Amino acid sequence: MSDPIAQLIFLIIKAILVPVLIVMMVAFIIFFERKFAGFFQGRVGPTYLGPWGSFQSFGDIFKLLSKEDLIPAKSDKPVFRLAPYIIFLPAFLVMAVLPFGPVGGEANLFGYRFDYVIANFDAGLVLFLALGAIAVYGVVLAGWSSNGNFSLLGGLRAGAQMISYELAMGFSVVGVMLMANSMSLVDIVEGQAGNFWDWYFIPQVVGGLIFFVATLAELNRTPFDLAEAEQELVAGYLTEYSGMRWGIFMFAEYVNLVVISGIVSTLYFGGWRAPLEVLDFIPGPIWLFIKICVFVFIYMWVRWTIFRYRYNQLMSMGWKVLLPLSILNLVVTAIVVSVAG
Amino acid sequence: MSEARPTLEELKRRKALSRQRVERSGEVMTVSMGPQHPSMHGVYRAELDLDGEVIVAVRPEIGNLHRGVEKLCEERTYHQIIPITDRLDYLASFVMNHGYCEAVEKLMGVEVPPRGRYIRTLAAELCRIANHIMWLGIHIMDLGTQTFFCICFRDREYILDLLEMLTGARLTHSFGRIGGVAKDLPDGFDRRCRKVIDFLPRRVAEYERIVKHNRIYYKRAKGVGIFTSEDCFAWRVTGPPLRSAGVARDLRRDEPYAAYDEMDFEVAVEYNADVYDRFLVRMKEIRESCKIVRQCLDNLPDGPFVASDAVHALPLKKNVLRDSAAMIQDFYQVFQGPLAPKGEVYRAIEAPKGEMGVYIRSEGGAHPARIHFATPSFYHGQAVPPLVEGEMISDMVAIFASVDVVLGDCDR
Repeated sequence: MSDPIAQLIFLIIKAILVPVLIVMMVAFIIFFERKFAGFFQGRVGPTYLGPWGSFQSFGDIFKLLSKEDLIPAKSDKPVFRLAPYIIFLPAFLVMAVLPFGPVGGEANLFGYRFDYVIANFDAGLVLFLALGAIAVYGVVLAGWSSNGNFSLLGGLRAGAQMISYELAMGFSVVGVMLMANSMSLVDIVEGQAGNFWDWYFIPQVVGGLIFFVATLAELNRTPFDLAEAEQELVAGYLTEYSGMRWGIFMFAEYVNLVVISGIVSTLYFGGWRAPLEVLDFIPGPIWLFIKICVFVFIYMWVRWTIFRYRYNQLMSMGWKVLLPLSILNLVVTAIVVSVAG
Repeated sequence: MSEARPTLEELKRRKALSRQRVERSGEVMTVSMGPQHPSMHGVYRAELDLDGEVIVAVRPEIGNLHRGVEKLCEERTYHQIIPITDRLDYLASFVMNHGYCEAVEKLMGVEVPPRGRYIRTLAAELCRIANHIMWLGIHIMDLGTQTFFCICFRDREYILDLLEMLTGARLTHSFGRIGGVAKDLPDGFDRRCRKVIDFLPRRVAEYERIVKHNRIYYKRAKGVGIFTSEDCFAWRVTGPPLRSAGVARDLRRDEPYAAYDEMDFEVAVEYNADVYDRFLVRMKEIRESCKIVRQCLDNLPDGPFVASDAVHALPLKKNVLRDSAAMIQDFYQVFQGPLAPKGEVYRAIEAPKGEMGVYIRSEGGAHPARIHFATPSFYHGQAVPPLVEGEMISDMVAIFASVDVVLGDCDR
């Protein structure tokens, strides 16, 4: 078997395995979200289905599948049907550029080279930002096509929120790009080789924090969950959705949660690399899994702790605080990188 | 307090800032908020005219929970009305009993024995604490965090346990009686109540640590929903919203009833008239209520807890089957009811949500000719349009929660 054919087989295996594993992970993350929410609130969370209630997500899926699919009579039906997938697809596509182990080098599997990334894409970071921006269309179109007031308000809020945060997010990751001298996520992880003090979160602490805040907005989670603010807009852009269509939105949200946790750990926390070089014997995917779990937990923690911002406060924070800070961070990084290296 | 007290003009100027947005507004979108909206606290419905996120006009609609309480009362004897009053403000139902009983006692000239007055004070203050804790949880949940709601409900449970021990019910106590209360303090109540009252101020400090100094809460609540003392008088807004506007009016101190004239407590006052100060006022009130409950327990007088007035009050239940006079009194009270003289009375008490007035017109006989409950939620609900116009839709839920409206109390 020649190398290109082996690579093709590997690619197919990876392209099936990675999404399937992440989907399995998501099922349990939804369960853990509910369980942790219970613990934060002095409750026990789900307990009935399966050991320790751990099959709750599967119960939810069956419930959603068996529910009637309601589509409002006056909605824009093709767009209404399309919107969930516009959110769903980008969340999955980002997985392609996320490295979960070493890439390149010698043959490591049955005499062939196995790259621990689906697509070693030169502009992986740009792809991530672009796909994040596409997902917003899903939210806006869902809100608009539902033909409901609360949905429309939710969709518009999401649109405005994304515009104000994507910029700060984009500028904050440019700092990482400059330090790694590459836009490929594989190279960014290579740039963080060594121990945990070589990771980018130390030189890029400001950029990292801005990126983290912006991902909260990107994920529509609590301080910035304006688009589906339950207490104000009932469920925002999701108000008119029911059954599995609603389920797809929720599912995409959690896939996004995993993927963005992966991106945060890749950009600032060494990706699949072990925190200390002596721990390198543990394979990369496991380290990445641990890091993703840690960040998912942090996102949950934030969600169940913090209040929600008001719409105009969020906008002014995005434009007046995060954007100038991220530009400053970029300028300082550029000067330091060009002087030092 | 390092912050300077704002003058009335300053508050009006701040309020006018948000009103400007109404005048600048263009095309509006009409949104129906409620009655099954998650943060409309029951079945309040508001039709909002929105320009983007700014609320231009509000048309409130109440009455979805109307049960004809006042009409029901006309068909019943004065004793039978007490359980109905429970269903007014069901979050502080003893206080509703209390207000009604005070009015009836004024009408009939019944004297409540000291122990009865103390137990009433104690139960009313426990209700006030439970109500304020519940208010806090819901208010914070309307601002987007659900965890705090659960913390508040956990702490409210301690108070509900005490009230259950005292009255036998968690929600609708029906504990007030004409001339006193239904039962004496049960065994072990004193110790358990002191335990709760001792740790509750620490819990309040914890709430303040979580909420008061929270940056997001400060931004969301400070300067939002300003309602000056003038507005409060014009719209008959009372209770914590009035006290947060710098008016130290508290009927417990100004027109003492029950045992409040023998209690040492302060009236909580703040000056900025916004959502934030309403939170501060309520937190202070929980502390003061704890003080009052402790004083009640310390100074609880001996003697009967219900008036031995055979014409107007029910006899003690344990005597009914042993004492023929008590049995006759019971028969007379239950089947005919106490007879009231001709006349009309108005009696107002300080309910947790504001001033709760009871008006009774009697034409003699066992039934009131007309009874009216001037409940605080009704007036607070009608003040929603001037409160929220010009604010944003996110503030609407915060402001609506901050004036504390319960729809059972509002619609009656």
